[in-house]
Amino acid sequence: MINSILLYPLLFHFFVAIVALFFWRDTRIQRVISVAGSIIALFLSILLFREVWYNGIITMQSGNWKAPFGITMVADTLSATLVLLTNILGVAIAIYSSTSIISERAKFGYFPIFHLLLMGLTGAFITGDIFNLYVWFEVIIISSFVLLTIGGEKPQIEGAVKYFTLNILASVIFLTAIAVLYGLTGTLNMADLRLKIALVENQSLVDIAALIFFIGFGIKSAVFPLYFWLPASYHTPPAAVSAIFGGLLTKVGVYAMIRVFTLLFERSEFLDNLLILVAVLTILSGALGALIQNNIQKLFSYLIICHIGFMIAGLAMNTTVAFTGTVFYMIHDIVVKANLFLVGGFIYRLKGSYSMRQLGGLYQSHPKLSLLLLIPLFSLVGIPPLSGFWPKISLITAGLTTENYLLIAFIIFGSFVTLLVIAKLWSEVFWKESEPISFKANFKSFHSMKKKEQFSLVFAIALLAFVSLYIGFGAEHIQNLSSRIATELTTPQLYLDAVLKTK
Amino acid sequence: MEILLAFLIGILYASGIYMMLRRSLVKLIIGIILLGNGANLLIFLLGRITKDKPPIIPEHSKVFLDGFADPVPQALILTAIVISFGLQAFAIILIKRAYKVAKTDDLDQMNTTDEYA
Repeated sequence: MINSILLYPLLFHFFVAIVALFFWRDTRIQRVISVAGSIIALFLSILLFREVWYNGIITMQSGNWKAPFGITMVADTLSATLVLLTNILGVAIAIYSSTSIISERAKFGYFPIFHLLLMGLTGAFITGDIFNLYVWFEVIIISSFVLLTIGGEKPQIEGAVKYFTLNILASVIFLTAIAVLYGLTGTLNMADLRLKIALVENQSLVDIAALIFFIGFGIKSAVFPLYFWLPASYHTPPAAVSAIFGGLLTKVGVYAMIRVFTLLFERSEFLDNLLILVAVLTILSGALGALIQNNIQKLFSYLIICHIGFMIAGLAMNTTVAFTGTVFYMIHDIVVKANLFLVGGFIYRLKGSYSMRQLGGLYQSHPKLSLLLLIPLFSLVGIPPLSGFWPKISLITAGLTTENYLLIAFIIFGSFVTLLVIAKLWSEVFWKESEPISFKANFKSFHSMKKKEQFSLVFAIALLAFVSLYIGFGAEHIQNLSSRIATELTTPQLYLDAVLKTK
Repeated sequence: MEILLAFLIGILYASGIYMMLRRSLVKLIIGIILLGNGANLLIFLLGRITKDKPPIIPEHSKVFLDGFADPVPQALILTAIVISFGLQAFAIILIKRAYKVAKTDDLDQMNTTDEYA
């Protein structure tokens, strides 16, 4: 059955996690398994992407129960792209963490849990059933709790309490929304829900369900005013963990929001205005938060919030061009945000501090490495022709055609503040003269590592920087891909036909 | 019965949120548990309560003869209960650990990660 290709990346991560569990004590073998497993999973997800790109939407009915009765797995272009990106990050972060995660942490099951997290992410992207999405969200959050708390340092635990509470609250709210929707329609399949929701007599209850979904996913994707857990927790774990969180976890929330508000619910004027307002305030609060930070990882956390606002802005405008911008921005953001946290961790390895006030002189001591670190930083700012520039064209074009001048103003404002923050970071960390920082006890600096270990840290960053460069210089391909995804999003009939086999 | 359950769910949600807003770690967990139970009962209620009609096709028949209880909400609740059980187990260990490293159970004291540093 050709359609089972859909499940390969997901099942393979599960398999890798189980194999890694067998080597619980031997973290050296776990590292090898993790890197090899991620590379094979990347290969499988490329196969899936190729299949979807050439043959259109793939669906699979679990247990051969016809939709809408069983659980459906669907890979449209958006899902396949996100699965591919997840696995690219998986490879880079597996390579990075094979060196950077110390054995004391790895002994508590870092690598198996890492693959379970990737499995959860893959599952969330390909499921076509709203309750199944909830289950994958739970797989993601339970794995992320473990990754966040492994090591048990004081800041980690304190950050974890906030992260944990808000994410559980989001899940309960999501579950409530599912309950309301099931009560109204009696179905859970997303394609079937679209058909049934239109038939519900009491449309105001549908609007309420939509709002509950918005709050649940809003907490997950850290939009204003629900974002406070993110900057409190994302800088506390090791850089490799922050990278996967920063790259993917908030984007799962955005993905779920895109799915729900394009496929399930008809958009009302109230919802559009709410999304515009939330997008504006998210950009504003993320940007202002980033301006005053001193800890570089925390600065990147605020930038995540700011750029989530860009994606919500595209979703709010609700046109094909705007969706193109949102999807392109998401592709760019997943790669570059993960890389930023890796860069932050790498600077920590070099200098032994996250504080911008203490850091400095990196360009003088490591000119070649600095140039490598420059790529993700400038991609984020979006200096043409790097990757952050292109999606903004679509977003601003969409803003002009839908006459959302407020959104345009804030997108430009957000980009400007990002530029300012990165310029400040560059001058503080790379140009400023600095005192040598005394290392903490048993701190393993970059210079005391073996050649092989040094190489793996640099390779992971270079790999993601290369992907960023490709997104920038091959923008035509990504633009084609994004506009195809946007077309699929604005014509849900394709999705319905594929799932319900009405043709 | 429906009215009674509706009130019960309302009380569970309200008291869950109230408990989460308190400052003590233990009350936070109790709040999460109450909220989870409220959500589970909500699925149960919104799946329509049908009494004495199990979803089993009677012998000598190929189809259901009259109305039957919807089994899907029960499957959903079962899944949700198991998941929230796992999360609560993790939460209890986490707050024990948090109490140990932060040496306080007052959530307002746990703000070192939010401070400017």
